[in-house]
Amino acid sequence: MLAKRIIPCLDVDAGRVVKGVKFIDIRDAGDPVEVARRYNEEGADEITFLDITASSDDRETIEHVVEQVAGEVFIPLTVGGGIRTADDIRRMLNAGADKVAINTAAVFNPEFVKEAAERFGSQCIVVAIDAKQASGEGDEPKWEIFTHGGRKPTGLDAVEWAKRMSDYGAGEILLTSMDRDGTKIGFDNALTRAIVDAVPIPVIASGGVGNLQHLVDGVKQGGADAVLAASIFHFAEYSIGEAKRFMQNREVEVRL
Amino acid sequence: MTQRITVIDYGMGNLRSVAKAVEHVAAAGDEVLVTDDPKLILESDRVVFPGQGAARDCMAAISDHHLNRAVLDAARSKPFLGICMGQQVLLDFSEENGGTPLLGMISGRVRRFSGGVAPDGEMMKIPHMGWNQVSQHYAHPLWRGIEQESRFYFVHSYYVDPAQPELVAATTDYGVSFASAIAEGNLFAVQFHPEKSADAGLRLLRNFVQWQPSIQEYSRAVNTRD
Repeated sequence: MLAKRIIPCLDVDAGRVVKGVKFIDIRDAGDPVEVARRYNEEGADEITFLDITASSDDRETIEHVVEQVAGEVFIPLTVGGGIRTADDIRRMLNAGADKVAINTAAVFNPEFVKEAAERFGSQCIVVAIDAKQASGEGDEPKWEIFTHGGRKPTGLDAVEWAKRMSDYGAGEILLTSMDRDGTKIGFDNALTRAIVDAVPIPVIASGGVGNLQHLVDGVKQGGADAVLAASIFHFAEYSIGEAKRFMQNREVEVRL
Repeated sequence: MTQRITVIDYGMGNLRSVAKAVEHVAAAGDEVLVTDDPKLILESDRVVFPGQGAARDCMAAISDHHLNRAVLDAARSKPFLGICMGQQVLLDFSEENGGTPLLGMISGRVRRFSGGVAPDGEMMKIPHMGWNQVSQHYAHPLWRGIEQESRFYFVHSYYVDPAQPELVAATTDYGVSFASAIAEGNLFAVQFHPEKSADAGLRLLRNFVQWQPSIQEYSRAVNTRD
């Protein structure tokens, strides 16, 4: 049976991991190559790099990071953040990424997703969706898409948007709850479930993980195919191996 | 003894990770070459044949690069590893793109997953993407050191269904039990991506670069094909 995937996410700024990392025996905690190597050794199923570099001058550095990681870490690698053109995608794939995550550019130009899927194949096109609850207490739940790291509302309904992106050839949805991101109170499982039930492609749940039970809930309640987390792994609160054993003990199929 | 390992490049998919992974497991003096030159392919000691994309595009690309003959000759004459589309195109015919004739080295068809719901209620999404178990059918040299039911990374919507069941070296379950690896003589071909399958995948690649098919294996391959 297909395993549920655990995906650690690294926020990279100008070639350095941000959101402090506290691996005990890593000399340079901010080096994405060392962090990726460690996650691979711990049994990560994929690694996602989110490039949050503001300056365009520094954008090339993410390519070098991917290149270095791809030379020694042999699991799927995804790169997101600032993917706006076919050339951005080509460069990331050439550097050794297996998939790219498209977020803001998809909202501004949905056809870009269609063109990218046709040119590079759906298997390497992930559409990242940042969603916030837009319905009031007691209403039928609704979520709205935000761009620019969750700062700008778009008026787009998350479920409708996910369906459209899937129709346009997205191979996977990376779904982040902006309400939960950074809260450590768990995924928005109602949001995940709404998207999972609406699209035929895999959905990665993200935003809000604070403990290992949250990962299990993301799979069992949310129906996610994969769970993405950053801080619980960065701060070495839990290793990926621990997370997988915990999930297996709760009857989630994982790769050990 | 050093050797040259060729990764066939016909413009279908990113070969960088395949080449990197092979370099990672090859011996210090080995040369890993990425090329579409038929002469270099046939002069090399062993050949890796990857591929991604739709069946029709892959067949067109093989033909545009004048590689039909070189691929078939290499697959008959030296240790040869097909990966993903590099496995599928070895068969006769694919259901993809409304029906696509393939290289026809191995009799059988390439079929599409039917999807639907598994007995446990899980949706069988297409493509089959992620880490699934590979059930080895016998002790082939390429399985050496790899535990039974190890997980490998898959991304595909179609699977091979060889006519001769004895060619199946491993199966994987995804709604249907399909041939995730086939083997015949000096040829080994897998649906999954060993270059993205962490330790199990690297071990398979290491086994491949060290594999010396026996005379019996070669002659068996020739006999079954002629």
